[in-house]
Amino acid sequence: MRTYAGHSTARESNALYRKNLEKGQTGLSIAFDLPTQTGYDPDHDLARGEVGKVGVSIAHKGDMHALLDGIPLDRMNTSMTINATAAWLLALYLAAAEENGVDRGLLQGTTQNDIIKEYLSRGTYAFPPAPSMRLIADMIAFTVDEVPKWNPTNICSYHLQEAGATPVQEIAYAMSTAMAVLDQVRERVPAEAFPRVFGRISFFVNAGVRFIEEHAKLRAMGRLWEELGRERYGVEDEKFLRFRYGVQVNSLGLTESQPENNVIRIVLEALAVTLGRDARARAIQLPAWNEALGLPRPWDQQWSLRIQQILAYETDLLEYSDLFRGSEVMEALVQELTEGARAEMAVVAEHGGSASEGGVSYMKTALVESHRARVASIEAGERKVVGQNAFTSSEPSPLEEGEDGGILTVDPRVEEQQKDAVAQWRSARDAEAVAAALAELAQAARDDTINIMPATLAAARAGATTGEWAQTLREVFGEYRGPTGVQDAAAAPPAESLQALRDRVEEVSERIGRRIKILVGKPGLDGHSNGAEQIAVRARDSGMDVVYEGIRLTPARIARTAVEEGVHVVGLSILSGSHRELIPDVLEALREAGADVPVVVGGIIPRADEEALLSAGVARVYTPKDFEITRIMGDIVDLVADRHAATASAA
Amino acid sequence: MGERLRAGDRSAAPAALNLIEDRTPAAREQSRALLAEVSPARVGGEAPAHVVGLTGPPGAGKSTLLSALVAEWRSRGLSVAVLAVDPSSKRSGGSLLGDRARIAHEPGDDGVLIRSTAAGARLGGLAPATREAAQGLAAAFDIVVIETVGVGQSETEVEEVADTVAVVVQPASGDTLQFLKAGIMEVPDVLVVTKADLGEPALKAQRDLSSALRALGSRATAVVAVSSVPPPCGIGELADALEAHRSGVDLAARRLRARRLGALAEFAAERGEAGLRALGGRRRAEELLAGQDPSASGAELVALLESR
Repeated sequence: MRTYAGHSTARESNALYRKNLEKGQTGLSIAFDLPTQTGYDPDHDLARGEVGKVGVSIAHKGDMHALLDGIPLDRMNTSMTINATAAWLLALYLAAAEENGVDRGLLQGTTQNDIIKEYLSRGTYAFPPAPSMRLIADMIAFTVDEVPKWNPTNICSYHLQEAGATPVQEIAYAMSTAMAVLDQVRERVPAEAFPRVFGRISFFVNAGVRFIEEHAKLRAMGRLWEELGRERYGVEDEKFLRFRYGVQVNSLGLTESQPENNVIRIVLEALAVTLGRDARARAIQLPAWNEALGLPRPWDQQWSLRIQQILAYETDLLEYSDLFRGSEVMEALVQELTEGARAEMAVVAEHGGSASEGGVSYMKTALVESHRARVASIEAGERKVVGQNAFTSSEPSPLEEGEDGGILTVDPRVEEQQKDAVAQWRSARDAEAVAAALAELAQAARDDTINIMPATLAAARAGATTGEWAQTLREVFGEYRGPTGVQDAAAAPPAESLQALRDRVEEVSERIGRRIKILVGKPGLDGHSNGAEQIAVRARDSGMDVVYEGIRLTPARIARTAVEEGVHVVGLSILSGSHRELIPDVLEALREAGADVPVVVGGIIPRADEEALLSAGVARVYTPKDFEITRIMGDIVDLVADRHAATASAA
Repeated sequence: MGERLRAGDRSAAPAALNLIEDRTPAAREQSRALLAEVSPARVGGEAPAHVVGLTGPPGAGKSTLLSALVAEWRSRGLSVAVLAVDPSSKRSGGSLLGDRARIAHEPGDDGVLIRSTAAGARLGGLAPATREAAQGLAAAFDIVVIETVGVGQSETEVEEVADTVAVVVQPASGDTLQFLKAGIMEVPDVLVVTKADLGEPALKAQRDLSSALRALGSRATAVVAVSSVPPPCGIGELADALEAHRSGVDLAARRLRARRLGALAEFAAERGEAGLRALGGRRRAEELLAGQDPSASGAELVALLESR
């Protein structure tokens, strides 16, 4: 039992962890901020607005020491949500343990370390697919003997569901990714160690509110995993063949409207992963009820922990053997999902497999399409979401009335503090030792036959920073921009609501002389691109020309693109909470570049911030409660028409 | 704006493109005035830019190649404008323009401009305003690239605009070979085989294409193998091959043809087939244009057609 936590500085997160451990939490789940996840130091341009925001900022060994201060590492099970820079953060963890006199053989925990889902959904990748897969394989080969109780990778289907995956897609893409990882590791470890490697692979899954089907999904995954182990990899030992998974239940389905209902959704989702003993989760994390509003406070997280405690200690849930063995309904569901997943796995293999550019691109497009279908069915009212598109009238909620508006805000001074701290760290360490360690790292990176971990560990000990480690590798591996999946997304089926909108787009385009052109942009390091992708696809389906450059854009780049492309309107999406810093920066950059166009913003934007953005010059602000995308499109067309009329009458 | 472009002021380019794409009558008029400013008569000869057409099937690696090529040209001190043409949805008329994401460039570098355009309803791969945009940008940039998607069809129209046409193919794509042999596809000026890092398959494709070209009697076409994954290879060679082709063409003749065909395309876009019939058909219109002063701007030629 644990909650995903961490924010601001290492010191503050340490205090939070200690408090949570006192409350009965049995492990740590570390949330890192986006600069740490993508390999930038707090004083890098791209880190602006993101330092300490969605997690803790860890720039070097000193931060790791502060984070873990006073926590007994030999008795702790530590889960780290870290991917592109997983090798680095593990090295910092090992270095800290070592300097505290803890034997690395005793360390238990998990590094998430699944890069494929970063390309598909979460966006915190740093390097191209091939070298990224090599880093993962190196970590597995290293830990299997050196840190034997560590789970070096956690194949994530969680984020696929967040990106719109159907149960079949979730199973198939996770299994395909596991295969890609295992195929690569097989070349790097001795044959006799391989069954143990197989046994150390664990999964991180999602569970939505359709909890019967979700439970069937987990049983299907267990079945396919065992089949894969036996048939493809020749693993025979039962204990290595067990499908081991942790879970964070669905955040995508949590609503901003009537957010209190989310508690009920979370309970049902927790049942999906605990009901049947044969497919029960090994670790559960529950999101907070107010995630769609902003960052949860400690109290909100405590409430989620209580759900688990009630299930475990008050109910009789854990007292019985498997409830579904012999159930015809369950068996039929499991059969159907297993067969569907096998077929979809074959399609991924045809595209070159999960770790190839072709495979990633195919899966990304498929996810964008599934998500579009999901969004469209909610919009049309076919899929009921209580409080959002059904039963929407509500008494005022006392839960959101506190002074803080019911969410946590991170002190913006944290960023300045961290910038100064990292500069200080750099000036206080042995510069020559760091330079030598980084040169060694570059050497190891260039040679595919050398394991990256020893050089990484040496750089961690020497005092290198997160940004330096990643930059050294970027120079060898090259940078990478993932596929956006929108280009090949199929056109929307004809719908009447869309036809009226298309006519209006035609009419306004005719009047202004060019087809309405919109730039959809994601400033900053936030990689959650689902929302931006849906807006981009719908804008195209409405008849607009859409410029979409994907994630991780600086304000300067957005402004430049807006001018070069001659767009009529700019749409920005931010979910990480950095809108307060980044949106004014983009507005300023647009003004400087001479782009006088309306700007609309969408994302998880607390009500208190909405006013500030509007008065800074943003034309419209959209939050998760605005689920009717066609209506948003209508607004955008109106904005363009109004701006044109204003300019024309001024001229 | 035309004057600024003629003087090499690249910051005028985005607004010039907005105007060129604008279909309202008032904008058409201003746009013609702008293009007249960059006509050979005003420039004192053909604009010195190298207009390169880059085309190939989806997935051949055009954008990544272009990214490496832009870096190569920049390292040679050349300014580059890219007109990236993407297909439009037949159903909605809208389009998703995503190529610029794959072309790496510094936001602060004003020696690079990337403009995405939708092909609109037209077959053949060129947006209505692309020809005029190329003419306008050629006055201010050293290299103007027109990037289109497709093979066997779209290069036909690109060929009407570009000084040099490069077709991009990936190894083991038999289509191009078949199209060349069957004469479905015009012989390009340069053939680029991507993914040379694969080794033998790329070399084989290069050999097959070279021998097919020899069989067709086109010895002049260079076949270059490139790889855009780090470390890139063949990019410098490709830039050289493009440059070599350009120095061998009769630029005045090619540009004159481009202006005349561009005028015809613009006229057809505005007046449709009926307009062409009123002129006595496409052939008759081409004859009419052939009789005009070679230094006339495209805009003047359109005006002439419209006055008939």
